[in-house]
Amino acid sequence: MDNLSYLFAAYAIIFAVIFGYVLFIWRRQVALEAELRAMEARMRALDEAAVATKAARFRAGS
Amino acid sequence: MNGRGVRLGLGLVAGALMLAALYMVFVYVPTEADQGIVQRIFYFHVPCAWVAFVSFALVAIAGIFYLWLGQQVWDDLGYAAAETGMVFCTLVLVTGSIWAKPIWGAWWTWDSRLTTTLILWLLYGGYLMLRAMAGDSEQGARFGAVVGIVAAIDVPIVIVSVRLWRTIHPAVLVTRQGGHGLEDPRMVATLLVALAAFTALFIWILCLRFVTLRMHTRLGALARSLALAEAAAQDS
Repeated sequence: MDNLSYLFAAYAIIFAVIFGYVLFIWRRQVALEAELRAMEARMRALDEAAVATKAARFRAGS
Repeated sequence: MNGRGVRLGLGLVAGALMLAALYMVFVYVPTEADQGIVQRIFYFHVPCAWVAFVSFALVAIAGIFYLWLGQQVWDDLGYAAAETGMVFCTLVLVTGSIWAKPIWGAWWTWDSRLTTTLILWLLYGGYLMLRAMAGDSEQGARFGAVVGIVAAIDVPIVIVSVRLWRTIHPAVLVTRQGGHGLEDPRMVATLLVALAAFTALFIWILCLRFVTLRMHTRLGALARSLALAEAAAQDS
């Protein structure tokens, strides 16, 4: 293995590791965003159901 | 400008500086007289070490603030810095080993600089393992903060190891005679641009990782709120 090969190997590994780590973070972020959206949607649905229940009880009481 | 815009801007700045650094490393800077072309590994090897040291110092600072204030944001910052630091510390060891083989004739030697850097890598590897086993518990965060603070003591030891002990590792930036050992001003300029590129890259990657950890924390809080809301809905 000549010196140019060592130089190439070092720089290739640096960029491969950095790109790999950035890709890992990006994929994690996409997954978390999807989970957050789903959970926020469920919270909204629960809030709406709670409001509807309270309104129905109020009407029934009056 | 929102968070996404800032992160995109940081990424573009890091990319531009990295391209400039690559041009200077492979086109601008002269070849070093003794070691030849393989010496160019130096221009990315040293910035990787710089980023690793800054990362681990940030882990310690975040740990101190977490233990003092008890706020999750400091724990998230510490973890992001530890993970980023481990990536760059790994690159220091790998690129150093690749550089060592043609110059010293060995992939590894128990030299003081190499050994103390390996100890640093093992300490923060231990930090990440501890956090993985402890999960999201507050106790795990507290233990992690303590480990992160104690492990950071090795950072200055690594830096001064070439002065404290007999070593074959080059003492380029802080020589025993004083000053730096770079013979040509173009080498200094190239190193400075590479340091700037890696600093921008570090800030960008740290922001990205920190944001995912904050999202994870928010997800946990939302899950707890949702569980309470669903329980309340069932009761009513």
